[in-house]
Amino acid sequence: MSFHPQMPYGTPAWHKSERKLPDEGPAFEFTAEQKAKFDEIVTRYPADRRRSALLPALYLVQEQQGHITGNAIAYVAGLIGCSRADVEDVVSYYVMFFTQPVGKYVLGVCRTLGCALNGAGRVTEELCRHLHIAPNETDATGTFTVMEMECLGACDRGPVIMVNNEHWHECQRPEDVPQLLEGLRERGLAALSGCHLKKE
Amino acid sequence: MRLPEPVLTTHVNEPFSYTLENYLKWGGYAAMKKALAMTPGQIIDEVKASGLRGRGGAGFPTGMKWSFVPKDIPKPKYLCVNADESEPGTFKDHVLMERNPHLLFEGCVIACRSIGAKTAYIYIRGEFYHVQKQMEAELQKAYAAGYLGRNICGTGEDCDIHIHRGAGAYEAGEESALLESLEGKRAQPRLRPPFPAVVGLYGSPTIINNVETICNVPPIIERGAAWFQGIGPEKNQGPKLFCVSGHVKRPGVFETSMDVTLRELIYDFCGGIRDGHELKAIIPGGSSTNVLTPASLDAQASFDGLVKAGSMLGSAAMMVMDETTDMVWLAENLTHFYKHESCGKCTPCREGSDWMHKILQKILRGEGAMKDLDLLLSIANNIGGKTLCPFGDAEIAPVVSTLQHFRAEYEHYIREGRSLVPRADWMPRTLVPAHAH
Ligand SMILES: Cc1cc2nc3c(=O)[nH]c(=O)nc-3n(C[C@H](O)[C@H](O)[C@H](O)COP(=O)(O)O)c2cc1C
Ligand code: FES
Repeated sequence: MSFHPQMPYGTPAWHKSERKLPDEGPAFEFTAEQKAKFDEIVTRYPADRRRSALLPALYLVQEQQGHITGNAIAYVAGLIGCSRADVEDVVSYYVMFFTQPVGKYVLGVCRTLGCALNGAGRVTEELCRHLHIAPNETDATGTFTVMEMECLGACDRGPVIMVNNEHWHECQRPEDVPQLLEGLRERGLAALSGCHLKKE
Repeated sequence: MRLPEPVLTTHVNEPFSYTLENYLKWGGYAAMKKALAMTPGQIIDEVKASGLRGRGGAGFPTGMKWSFVPKDIPKPKYLCVNADESEPGTFKDHVLMERNPHLLFEGCVIACRSIGAKTAYIYIRGEFYHVQKQMEAELQKAYAAGYLGRNICGTGEDCDIHIHRGAGAYEAGEESALLESLEGKRAQPRLRPPFPAVVGLYGSPTIINNVETICNVPPIIERGAAWFQGIGPEKNQGPKLFCVSGHVKRPGVFETSMDVTLRELIYDFCGGIRDGHELKAIIPGGSSTNVLTPASLDAQASFDGLVKAGSMLGSAAMMVMDETTDMVWLAENLTHFYKHESCGKCTPCREGSDWMHKILQKILRGEGAMKDLDLLLSIANNIGGKTLCPFGDAEIAPVVSTLQHFRAEYEHYIREGRSLVPRADWMPRTLVPAHAH
């Protein structure tokens, strides 16, 4: 039955389940350092509410091995005391968790209006052209992954790029994309502009 | 009265404005000490009398919200600060947290005291990790100096603040979805009632306020409700941060009062439209608010003023478009945002955003039909007001308001198979990119 009388709902062209489970990956366990961080984070929440530490735990996984695998999901479920499906549910919902291996630099280019009005769409096109990839892919050398992000919260400095879920790069002009890639290859994160709010 | 000088952003441009040392030098934590000597009831009365309205989007009176917390139940109470800041066009809390974090911490302690909470969680969007790391360092300094933690400044009051990192979900900014996310689940809204003030985080009474709302509390306590009342128009008082982006000469965050007009914001604060171009459209309060035309330039940028103009103040995020902007493309861009961010819980919102996006892409490809415009409105009508949270109303705003003001552009696409507006240099060459998600 169609939800809206005029929509071809249920036909293949309009059906959109894209659910993919992450690969199992190698055996997983937190390093002593990550485990210590996790143990501190858990204390921030009531003792019977360990599940609040789930998002932080997934970030710790990602910090340790770059992306989130099935084995890591099972391990985190054990630590938190919830089911594996509970963790998968969360991992698949949030865009900042990667379930595939990513490049050394993950370039999250904002695609939303504020940045788009200043050429963000062109920036993504240029990045993909120079790296010979499509959005959400990693280049052949494994150095760069280009992702399209929604508004990053710095629309006055668009186009904005968030690198590796953390580092800030502002006012990227499409014509300067080769310099950005070259800079990252040669100087690493020092090639980024940082956040303009930093005055020090 | 127009705000004579900034209150929340006084020192933000000075180096090291975020440190505890400088905050104390500039008189910081005095309001907290004053509030700890007041009763919770007195604090709530002062905030009520000030007329402070929430800065997160809905403009709900803050003092009234706080008074909904039941006093006589034994459960712990919580304050959750909404630092998710993901409404497209919004970047004001970013400035406050990066340049003036102790103002937020101080406000948290005062708010916690007023509602009887001992713990505050600041839910910050995952993308602001660079801000979070600095805030955490400052938080530790405040603990070490006795402004947070046990027995604050010897008053016997306890208050803990924790910063919780989100992971990239617009819906996590919706207050009940924020609580779900903080509990380690998908950010999906809860059915209300019960409202969070009664049954919130972990089933306990919880107040959720925006960062800017909480930052307004210390100045109210310090300078008094009458001072706050005197700034800006009636029922829309106090200092206000405005974010302006898009095709203006000097985009940025500006602190003023809500007697300011859209015209002043664009032409005085931002120096006008970029050279050689003219104003075409304004989104006054973030992508979830209706698009306005230059005819509304003299509208007051206040909660009530923008409702009168047919839109909303929302998170005071103005996006300004010049004549190079294709308004059908704009609707497609924002509808992509909503389709991507819809949490999936309510069918009308989840399916409707996808359908509207597909139809808009079809129109952009030059394959639209006139009846698609009615279909868009029909779908919008099936979404608005029919979802658990206001996301549904938000996602139809760009489509319905561009259709209202710029229908000719849609019709041109359908008749001629191409845009009425020549392709701007900032537009992608591939007009409808094949998005993977
Ligand atoms: C889809 C959606 C997203 C929202 N995002 C935010 C946000 O990022 N930040 C925020 O402060 N409020 C956001 N809100 C508003 C909150 O639900 C809530 O009203 C607000 O945080 C209350 O704080 P206030 O009373 O201080 O304004 C959002 C609402 C909706 C429906
Ligand atoms: S639109 Fe790109 S940061 Fe907001």
